[in-house]
Amino acid sequence: MEHIDPAVVMDKPARAWSEQIAFAAMVAILVVAPAFAYPVFLMKALCFALFACAFNLLIGYVGLLSFGHALYFGWASYVSAYTAKAWGLNPELAILLGVLTAAALGVIAGGLAIRRQGIYFAMITLALAQMMYFFAVQAPFTGGEDGIQAVPRRRLFGVISLADQMNMYFTVLIIFLGGFLLIYRIINSPFGEVLKAIRENEARAISLGYKTDLYKLVAFVLSATFAGVAGATKAIVFQLASLTDVDWSMSGELVLMTLVGGLGTVFGPVTGAFFMVTLETYLTQIGQWVFVVQGTIFVICVLLFRRGIIGELARILRIRL
Amino acid sequence: MFEIFGIPSQALFGQLLLGLINGSFYALLSLGLAVIFGMLNIINFAHGAQYMMGAFAAFFLLQYVGLNYWAALVVAPIVVGATGIVIERLFLQWLYRLDHLYGLLLTFGLALIIEGIFRNYFGSSGLPYRVPDLLQGGQNLGFMFLPNYRAWVVVFSLGVCLTTWFVIERTKLGSYLRAATENPALVRAFGINVPRMITLTYGFGVALAALSGVMAAPIYNVSPQMGANLIIVVFAVVVIGGMGSIMGAIVTGFGLGIIEGLTKVFFPEASNTVIFIIMAIVLLIRPAGLFGRGA
Repeated sequence: MEHIDPAVVMDKPARAWSEQIAFAAMVAILVVAPAFAYPVFLMKALCFALFACAFNLLIGYVGLLSFGHALYFGWASYVSAYTAKAWGLNPELAILLGVLTAAALGVIAGGLAIRRQGIYFAMITLALAQMMYFFAVQAPFTGGEDGIQAVPRRRLFGVISLADQMNMYFTVLIIFLGGFLLIYRIINSPFGEVLKAIRENEARAISLGYKTDLYKLVAFVLSATFAGVAGATKAIVFQLASLTDVDWSMSGELVLMTLVGGLGTVFGPVTGAFFMVTLETYLTQIGQWVFVVQGTIFVICVLLFRRGIIGELARILRIRL
Repeated sequence: MFEIFGIPSQALFGQLLLGLINGSFYALLSLGLAVIFGMLNIINFAHGAQYMMGAFAAFFLLQYVGLNYWAALVVAPIVVGATGIVIERLFLQWLYRLDHLYGLLLTFGLALIIEGIFRNYFGSSGLPYRVPDLLQGGQNLGFMFLPNYRAWVVVFSLGVCLTTWFVIERTKLGSYLRAATENPALVRAFGINVPRMITLTYGFGVALAALSGVMAAPIYNVSPQMGANLIIVVFAVVVIGGMGSIMGAIVTGFGLGIIEGLTKVFFPEASNTVIFIIMAIVLLIRPAGLFGRGA
């Protein structure tokens, strides 16, 4: 049976230099990018890129498909927007509270979901996310259909004004790179090796004495936490938190981004996020056809293109990406 | 008119009936999901979209072909089931050797395509579908008013569920089906055309979804989004019941519908979420589901 991460070929020699070069290239591109593209567009793509990396940590390296990651993204976004607006917190504190909320939700939802495997895991995460969606519709502080609008950006650490678009961009870039490097560190750590072992053969990992449930829970909470970082940052950037962020279609879009880029690759989620955000920016005029386009990409990816963009590239160039 | 726990009987039994009706749809849809999963090892995310297609098929048949509700009850499932067979041949058959999750992703993509197309042409507002003449009006039972159509939906869907159960658990055809679920290679060796059986099973599951859609049309109106949120609740129902048992799916579907109806009476704020909360509790107490066989 072919597993969900066909991209990484284990018996290849570990040529990690390709990853380092790709990383350097990515940083260089992102530093000069605001000279060529709208910073708001780039910041949106960066938030989704981090979101997709967080999701990839779970599907690509533990083999768990969460269909409810909008839960952590959206609720972190709500908490960060609310605390920044109603309590007047500085952006770093607002983001921190959003992230803590996502982590706490990750502990609860993850603890429930890892009790079942495979297809049930996906359905449970989706159902729990839907439950919290209804809660967001009803709860007074989320603003219902209107969401929380006009969230102030204020000053980072009370010093750097984020109202300035460039300051905001580089703050988002640093948050993204920090998250990206942490996730990279996690998947290459001994802990990450155990996660991959669970993905390949959970029964054998258990027989070797690993408490796989605990590993899966920690990976789930980490993934939810990074999704929270992305969501909380997004709320400050767009000064908005709304029901779109917690809706199941957000979770679906996230799965699509990661799938397009390449499940289980380091740079795939980033590529996929930029690809999809670009596509959607150009497709805003076509209204409901966006869903048809997204669905078609899903079908094509699953049938013909399971390695994704970066996975195919890595296979052709015979390097790790 | 009298009161129970301070609730007028009309409200209590009215919600109970509504719960039973929702329960009928949960049961029919989770039954279809379970039958498909048993044979194809795929969770059919497009099930909600196919339920919606059933309702639209009934609407089109009435509007453009002049076929009434009773004819739609037969024709719509056949038409939509046929599209299911095409989908299985074109797409799903390439996925059986892959991880289950690819089936979920592919059918999710199909659901997006189908719902996107319908939304594009019909917007988000619902189109009304008339209750058939034969079932207009209702009975006054003293403690509540029972609309004839709603009584029909509950009785008919119960009948469909029990027939499906009978066919799968008690007939020769059903025993082939169950055997092929357990060990397809061996059943093939006995000369039974398993791939064709798989195709027809998917068609049947889709037809069940379409049948629910036809029944739902006069109650909920016909709209492109009618299946999208329903399917997530049905997933929760499937997690609670476990997909191992046909009867389990039926009992869980009706049971949860009733619980949801009662919640609407006693604690309306939680009526949207009660099924998810029950799912969480079941996962804590009996992780395999109420009727599940292992993970």
